Amino acid sequence: MEQRLDRLAQRVADTGLTAIQFVAFVGQAIRLIMQSFHLLVRGPSIGQPVRLRHVVEEIISGGIQSLPVVILMAATIGIMLSIQGIHSLRIFGAETQVSFGLALSIPREFAPLITGIIVAGRSGSQLASRIGSMRLNGEIDALTVMGISPVRFIVAPALIGLLISLPILVAVATVASLTAGQLYIEATIGIASQAFWADVLSVVTMVDLAHCFGKAVLFAFLISLIGIVMGLGVSGGAEVLGRATTSSVVTCIGAIIAADTAVALLL
Amino acid sequence: MSRAPITVTNLTGGYNGTAVIHNCNMQIAAGEIVVIMGGSGSGKSTFLRHLIGLKPPMEGDVQLFGESLYSVDEIARLRLLKGIGVAFQSGALLSSLTVAENVALPLIEHSELDRETIGVIVRMKLDFVGLLGKEDLLPSELSGGMLKRVAVARAIALDPRLTFMDEPSAGLDPVVAAALDELIIKLRDTLGMSVAVVTHELESAFKIADRIVVLDRGHIIFSGSVAEIKASSNQRIQNLINRIAEDEEFDPETHLRRLVGEA
Repeated sequence: MEQRLDRLAQRVADTGLTAIQFVAFVGQAIRLIMQSFHLLVRGPSIGQPVRLRHVVEEIISGGIQSLPVVILMAATIGIMLSIQGIHSLRIFGAETQVSFGLALSIPREFAPLITGIIVAGRSGSQLASRIGSMRLNGEIDALTVMGISPVRFIVAPALIGLLISLPILVAVATVASLTAGQLYIEATIGIASQAFWADVLSVVTMVDLAHCFGKAVLFAFLISLIGIVMGLGVSGGAEVLGRATTSSVVTCIGAIIAADTAVALLL
Repeated sequence: MSRAPITVTNLTGGYNGTAVIHNCNMQIAAGEIVVIMGGSGSGKSTFLRHLIGLKPPMEGDVQLFGESLYSVDEIARLRLLKGIGVAFQSGALLSSLTVAENVALPLIEHSELDRETIGVIVRMKLDFVGLLGKEDLLPSELSGGMLKRVAVARAIALDPRLTFMDEPSAGLDPVVAAALDELIIKLRDTLGMSVAVVTHELESAFKIADRIVVLDRGHIIFSGSVAEIKASSNQRIQNLINRIAEDEEFDPETHLRRLVGEA
């Protein structure tokens, strides 16, 4: 009986600790967002400007370098959806309607989700390992004692870079996915390109695009902040850095899927 | 209000609510080299972190150039820190930047100088530390001594009035260590810079110090010249400078209990 009570108490304590850590994590993330935007606006007048060069570097490393894999994955998803769509709709003799299925699902759901997951695996882990490694090497302390705010030098460029690059990547992924789907559909059931795009444009609304780019912005916040906060939390040694890097990817993907589900349910 | 480069008043600090530094007072005058000494675990590194703005004290105050370092907001603190240079023990160079880019960083961020002028200053600073010609190397391509010297070049890039150096000669061969000592003296003599050096290298300390401050278990137990420390009658100071291990009472039974994990 006593052992059971001990175990129960331990579980309650562990749950409480996890809850506190979660709140601290969210608090730090919100603080970093506020500091980043404050420095973006007020930085030049207080001697802490966020450099355009650093933002561009982040756009290149987080965005442009992800383009090939995003295009490849998006195109693959477009073809897979076309295959499955044609297969399912053929049961009802409605396979010619497959373009509507692609138009309704890719911009709204698949393009942001796939792009988010790819960027989380690439940029989220890169951020966590880069910032964690900088912490271990004392580089963040060095920036501080040089009078350079680490938030404006590291955090703000990474956050803003991803807020710019992820919507662009999602737009590219949408086009790549729909194009690949169109090519497959034309090759298999003979729907012409013009007819396909006319169908797509007839059903995609501004609300769908708002979903698409709204999710991109939401995922950009999640990926960058999880990577940054986990990187900043690294202390000790290489093992902790490795754990933080792995953990950042898992957390980013989990957060993206949870956020995507919440958006789908609520909107 | 004092205008000394740094004034430490009743500083108590540490980690997680546990004091490691106790009620320390210290001042460094303009153009003075102060060596902060102490054995392992004496609190030197913690003390340094309080002095350079990385750790708010539990009590007391640190003033840089007459302004309190910790009673101002973060932006004001960063502005104050622009006036000092810090060379970390590990170098703490930005690993993604070359030697030249590391040294140029404070100049790019805090001055309005054009690229060409910054390039000239960077080469001057690297020449000062004997590393001219190494501009394009990455930190990973440098030896330990070179890393420390680049860190010094970066620390003095903006010609600060006060520079901190953490264990500058630790782990270096005697020739490189002696060169670094000469460099520190040169900083004072040619640039009129105040330098605070944290070290446990006695030979180096005696060579460069205008004044030595000894930390022991978080307390400043001595502050004086090289001649004064050598003449000190304090047993702990004599133990430190004569490299004599602390005379702990040895009880075989307690020792045995410790070995088997009972005590």
